[in-house]
Amino acid sequence: MKTVLGIGGSEDSLRALEQTLNRTVKTDDELVVAVVENPDSPHGAEEVVEHVNEEVAAHEADAEVVRLEGHPGSALVEYAEDGGYDEIVLGGGKKSAMGKIQMGSIAEFVLLNSHVSVKLVR
Amino acid sequence: MNGEDGVTDVSEFPTPPFEFETKDGRTVEVREYDGERDALKRMYEEFDPADRAQGIPPVRDEALERWLDTVLDGINTVAWYEGEAVGHVTLVKDENLDAHELAIFVLQSYQGEGVGSRLIYGSLALAYECGVRDVWLTVERWNHAATRLYKKVGFEVTTQESFEIEMATRLVSQK
Repeated sequence: MKTVLGIGGSEDSLRALEQTLNRTVKTDDELVVAVVENPDSPHGAEEVVEHVNEEVAAHEADAEVVRLEGHPGSALVEYAEDGGYDEIVLGGGKKSAMGKIQMGSIAEFVLLNSHVSVKLVR
Repeated sequence: MNGEDGVTDVSEFPTPPFEFETKDGRTVEVREYDGERDALKRMYEEFDPADRAQGIPPVRDEALERWLDTVLDGINTVAWYEGEAVGHVTLVKDENLDAHELAIFVLQSYQGEGVGSRLIYGSLALAYECGVRDVWLTVERWNHAATRLYKKVGFEVTTQESFEIEMATRLVSQK
């Protein structure tokens, strides 16, 4: 399985990273972690790249880290489709005060536009 | 008059406790929540999963317990029929905003009977008394019945470019 994980630094995308790295180590999947600019994220892209590199090393995972510029959703879809990936993995959204699941704008865009399967990590 | 303009005049609404008769003749009472957690839990265990909204109420027992911990800290109004909870409105304070998030759940066999409207009226009147002024909520696009009800009590759409519609209203009393 050839997977690209999109991450912008939001809480749910960090959880998706953790889960995907654990899975990659077990399954030998091919993984690319694509860092995008998420305007809703508390962390900038530089900071996220640094965090991802640390996590990849900590998990002893074999994963490539790339940075995608421009509109995050379309950059991810383009990357996945051009690269012949099997799956895009994203954080599955945050929860409101009430506990309602709220999807991020990147996930919404990718779900509606991607021809590659999409996995949301909860 | 209330309606879709983002302002809700609660002086038109009855304050709990009050009773009303459903369209099919059942007498339902609307009261402020007073520790009847077990009854609410029973209601949610009976809840049709198809009527869940954005993941709530949770289905698994421990997740349901945790969710009840969260919402029962807020302002809660319950509809009762013969000692059983049949509907529930909860308002939970959003820590980042000076606003409360609202959610409503009505047991399937009590939907379309006016229970939802009465619960919303009672809960907004109660919330106003508790000092709440700003209320917001999200509703799934396909839930037309709920959207109509929210508009009827004054909620206006604030965001609709995402999967769910966000609505908000400000509570006032013109008494």
